[in-house]
This record gives sequence, structure tokens and C-alpha cells, in this order.
Amino acid sequence: MTEKLNAEASNMVVGDEVMISMQAVNKWFGSFHVLRDINLSVNKGERIVICGPSGSGKSTLIRCLNRLEEHQSGSIKVQGIELNNDLKNIDEIRRDVGMVFQHFNLFPHLTILENCTLAPIWVHKMPKAEAEATAMRYLGRVKIPEQANKYPGQLSGGQQQRVAIARALCMQPQLMLFDEPTSALDPEMIKEVLDTMVELAEDGMTMVCVTHEMGFARQVANRVIFMDEGQIVEQNEPEAFFNNPQSDRTKLFLSQILGH
Amino acid sequence: MTQKFQQDVFVRTVEADTLPPPAKETGVMGWLWRNLFSSMMNYSSFGLSFKSLLMALFTALFFYIGFTQIVFLIDFIFVSAVWSDPTGIKREACWTVTQGGALPDGWHAACWPFIFAKLKFVIYGPYPIDELWRVNLTGIFGLVGLLWVLLSFLPYRKQVGIAMLTVYPVIAFMLLTGGAGKIDLLSSSSMILISLSLITIGRLSKRGFLGIILQEFANIIGFLGWALISYEVLMLLLSIDFGLEPVGTGDWGGLLITLVVAITGIVVSLPVGILLALGRRSDMPVARLLCTVFIEFWRGVPLISVLFMASVMIPLFLPEGVNFDKLVRALIGVMLFSAAYMAEVVRGGLQAMDKGQYEAAEAMGLTYWQSMRLIILPQALTHVIPGIVNTFIGLFKDTTLVSIIGLFDLLGAGKSAIADASWSSPVQAITIYLFVALIFFAFCFGMSRYSIYMENKLSKSRSH
Repeated sequence: MTEKLNAEASNMVVGDEVMISMQAVNKWFGSFHVLRDINLSVNKGERIVICGPSGSGKSTLIRCLNRLEEHQSGSIKVQGIELNNDLKNIDEIRRDVGMVFQHFNLFPHLTILENCTLAPIWVHKMPKAEAEATAMRYLGRVKIPEQANKYPGQLSGGQQQRVAIARALCMQPQLMLFDEPTSALDPEMIKEVLDTMVELAEDGMTMVCVTHEMGFARQVANRVIFMDEGQIVEQNEPEAFFNNPQSDRTKLFLSQILGH
Repeated sequence: MTQKFQQDVFVRTVEADTLPPPAKETGVMGWLWRNLFSSMMNYSSFGLSFKSLLMALFTALFFYIGFTQIVFLIDFIFVSAVWSDPTGIKREACWTVTQGGALPDGWHAACWPFIFAKLKFVIYGPYPIDELWRVNLTGIFGLVGLLWVLLSFLPYRKQVGIAMLTVYPVIAFMLLTGGAGKIDLLSSSSMILISLSLITIGRLSKRGFLGIILQEFANIIGFLGWALISYEVLMLLLSIDFGLEPVGTGDWGGLLITLVVAITGIVVSLPVGILLALGRRSDMPVARLLCTVFIEFWRGVPLISVLFMASVMIPLFLPEGVNFDKLVRALIGVMLFSAAYMAEVVRGGLQAMDKGQYEAAEAMGLTYWQSMRLIILPQALTHVIPGIVNTFIGLFKDTTLVSIIGLFDLLGAGKSAIADASWSSPVQAITIYLFVALIFFAFCFGMSRYSIYMENKLSKSRSH
């Protein structure tokens, strides 16, 4: 409880505790070297935005953080737990890491409420009533409690993505991963999802977001990471990153996405 | 924020009314237009209009032929048919004047008294008449349980379903056979001891007391123990006979055999097929290889040869005096055969699943079996309901092949009923085949309709 109060008091302040540490991580898809010598450390409460051209390995990087993809060399630690072939470690990490996907990936055969209570009930062994209360609280937080008994197919894209965020939050994760959460949305719906993410950031959640929403990056990120060809090319605080990019590749990228 | 508009800019202030659809879109006119005269739209050239005329003629011809066939069938089955044999003259009740009977010449319709006389044989085979209540009771239990599970508005469906899959087969076995009768207490108690120690070893090795190598296999050892003990308990249960007279499967026949074979095949093939399909898509090379070989082997041989092997070849390999039931052998053959087909249908459904569903389930920390049971299978199986029911219907009809190994199924019993000369008449065979066909049709059509009902129900609950 005191922890939470502290977090709220020191709103938007990054702690010292290391949440993610990646050291010399390499990954190949067949002969394609998709992640090259990635070194990255993320502290508790930090909000990281990863951007870069398509095929630069940014999605693969965050999918390695909960073992949706397996890295082949180097070490990844999440909350001090090493991600390796030990299934116990993988389960433990996944329990504390929420993920939001580009295509929402809600379960179409379950209602919104069932989507949100599934993992708490089966993974955390939470009693059903408690899981439902938690789910309703988070659905309220993403502002769609009235849709709880509908099926995902009956909701708009933006609503579905907000449900996906609530679903991940119901696991009460320590870390949230966002894999291009707004790329599959109609322009009118992007804002509602970004607003939800901003609120989450303001509550002090540790977040790693792959996104091209540079406005979002400016507003909430502590650090912006630019990737190209599987490497981290540049990382900096948003102000410096946008106003004073160092590498030519970053300058080119920024001029292309901010130029129009 | 002020914006300048030109003088002639148009801004709608009142919403436009919705207009009623044209007559051709809805109602009786719409139906007629879409279904009967849609080709008239193409009246743009002579060729097209000629074509539409031709289509209309074909439609009319089709309706005419269909209509006359239905009229013929109704006349054959109901109107002209002989329904009773009050004087007990048997075959002569269905003879025309020239054949020596009383019916007018040219009469050609069903001879139902023959069916009534053979009904017991066609439904139960040579099952003893005094014990028929046991078959009927089994049937009534089964029907009530099945309806309970299928009708979605009844309460406790899950519990009834579990009881139908666990308790019912035991009850059905006891009632139909009268219990296996004898049991070797010494051997079964030693088996129970062995399985109990297996379970204990499994438990201990899981906690790592017995070294790392055994820890790896802890689950398998435990599973073996549980499987063995449940088998022994089942055997003990089955040996209780409640004083019922034993009726060997040699005395079973007719619809009874058809239903026993079909229902066992259907009930077993779905879960086994699901496991095989999951195994074939597994990441574990050994499981994948085993499942693939199993599926390809059983799909690659005809059911007739499977049944033939089961009934003729297997006894040759067994030691003298060991003899297990012909029906059981046929059942095992049918189960494995249909499970292989089912596996491929289910695999189709798994293949069609969006990869994101697997990933979302994984990212949440669900285990493999949890995500299969809660996320993947409910969706995959819904997608392949038509294929699953297709396999069920195919299996139901394929049960007629058991007659090749001397089991009298519905069709076989009908065939042998024809041999009864005291009912011989020109319409004897056609009547019994018609009767058998109607029974088959009723079951298969029922399955088909239920699958459509399920599809509609499931697609409504998740309208996209």
C-alpha cells in the first residue's frame, strides 16, 4: 500500500529498481539476423517508446520480453528472472507482464467480461466473483463497463483495443507491453486508445510501447528508442530525440514521419 | 475559431428521411422476383431471354418430376399399403389376385404386416424376448440423457453430460450383457496394489525424492498408475451382475448393434480425434510422428479390411483359449478408424485459427492445456461442426459394414428377415429396405438438423 502511495506521490518519476535487462541479445529467423546485440535496461516506472521502420525488429524485441519469441544468445531478465528454457520462469514472467497486440486478439467466443476474467481465474486462481469485480473496475477505467456482456465482434476497433488493455490490466501486471496498439485502428479511434494509455502512464505503470504515435512519445515517454536493421541506433529523452537527433538514419526517419 | 463560408455553401440541417424499399426488395414480390424470375433481369438480348425461358422450363420439369415422385412414395408407403393382417394369412395378405391373394392386379405398395412381424428381430436381433426390457431401459436412459444434453435450455447439462460419458456406459454394459460375471479376485487385487504403488512412485518422484531422471517421467508414471487403477475398478464394477441373466453379444442384433457400434464410435472418435490432431500439430517430434503415423495408417486402409482383420486375423495371432468378443474387436476397429478421420477434421479447424489467439493465450500465462481447452478448441471445433457431423453421419452409415464379419446390424437383420418364406411376396424386400432406409434417414437427418441448429446458435451469440 505504501508502495502505491509513493508511486502516486512520485508520479512520473522513475525508480531505481531494474525491471528489464537485456544483454547482448541476438536472434535469427532462419538465416535472417533480426536482433543484433541488443543491450537495454528499463527501470521500474519507465515508459519506453520504440520506433523504427518496418522490419527493424522492434516487435520481435518486445515479443522476446515475454517469450512469444525465443532469443538465441545473450540474456534477458525481467524482474530479475532469467528468461530461458525453464517453463517455470516463463510462466512467472508472463504472470507479471501484460501484452496488448496490434490486432487486439480478444477471444471472440467469450464475452468482454469473460475475456477479462479468464486469466485471473485460471492463472491467478482468483475466485470468480472477485475476478469479475476486478474486471469491472478496469473496464470502468477504460470507460466501457456497459459493454461487459457483449461479444468482441459487437464492439468497434477502438473499444476492442481498450478491452484488450483492460484484459491485460486484470492480471495486475508490473509491466505492460504494447505492440503497435493503434496501427490497426481507424483514425477516429486512435485517440481513445492513446488517452487510455496516457492515463496508464500517469499512474506510474512501467510500459514498453512499439508505436509510431510520436505525439504520444513526446507526451509520456521517458526514453525513445530508434531501431533499424535489428539494432538500437539511438536512444534519448523525447525532447532531445525529436529536436536534436544524432544519427543520420534517425534524422531521415524523423523527417519522413514528421515531415508530412 | 471562426470559419468563413461562401454564400452558396450547402449545410444539411434536417436529417434526410429513410425511404421504404422498392417492392422488389421485400415481401412476397421480393421473394418471387429473387427466386423465380431473377433470370428475367437478363432480358437484354434474345439469347439471354431464350436462356431464361429454358431455365424456367427446366424448373418446371424438375418440380413435376419431384412432385410425382413424392406422390408415388406417399401412395406406396401410406395410401395403397397393406397395414394389417387380421386373419393371420401372412404372405398371402400381400399377394395380388394373379399371385393367389386378394389384392387387385398391378398393386404395388408396402407390406407393413411383414415389418410388424419382424420388428422385434430388426430392432433387437435374436436378443431373448424376456430380457428385452433391459435393452429398452438402456435405450430410454440413453435417449433422456442425450436430449437433456442436447437441449440448451435445460439445467445441469454439464453434470448430465459427464454422467452420460462415465456412468451411462457402465450401466448400459451391465444391462445389455448382464454383467461380465466372473472376476479373478487375486489378480485384480494384485493389479490394484501395483497401480497404487505406481501412483505413489509418481508422487514421490515428482517431488524429486527419487532422482532427476525419474522426476522427468513422474507425470507419466502417475498417469499409468491412475489408468491401471481405473481400469481395474471398472472391471470390478462390470463384474457385478445384479442377478441379471447373461446375454452374449452373439445374441445382439438389428438396430441395437447399429446403435452400439455407431454411438461408441461417435463418442470415442471425437476426444481421441482431438488428441490426435493436437499431437500432430505438437512441437514435440515424437508425439507428432506417432500421431501422424497413426492417422495416415488408419486413413489409408478401408474399413472393411479393418473389420476383417479384427474378426479373422487377430484370433490367429492370439494364443489358444484366449478369445475376446467379436463385437468388442469390431468396436475397437471402428473407433480407431473414425478417430483418424476425426483428427483430420479437427486439424482443419486448428489450422484455421488465427495465430493471435494462441499468442494472446500464451502471453496471459495460460498453460498449453488451458489455452487449448478454453481458447483454441471451443473456436476450432465450432468452425468445423459441418465436418464433424459429416464424419458422424458417415460413421453411422458405415456401421452396416459390420455385417461382413457376421454381426447382424440393422441392414443385416433386415436382409435375413427377407429369407423368411412365410412372408415371401414381390414387395417383401422393397418394404424392408424402405423401412431400414427410413430409420437410417431419421438418425442422419436428425444429426444434420442438430448441427445446423448448433451452428446458428453459436453464430448468433458472437455476431460479427
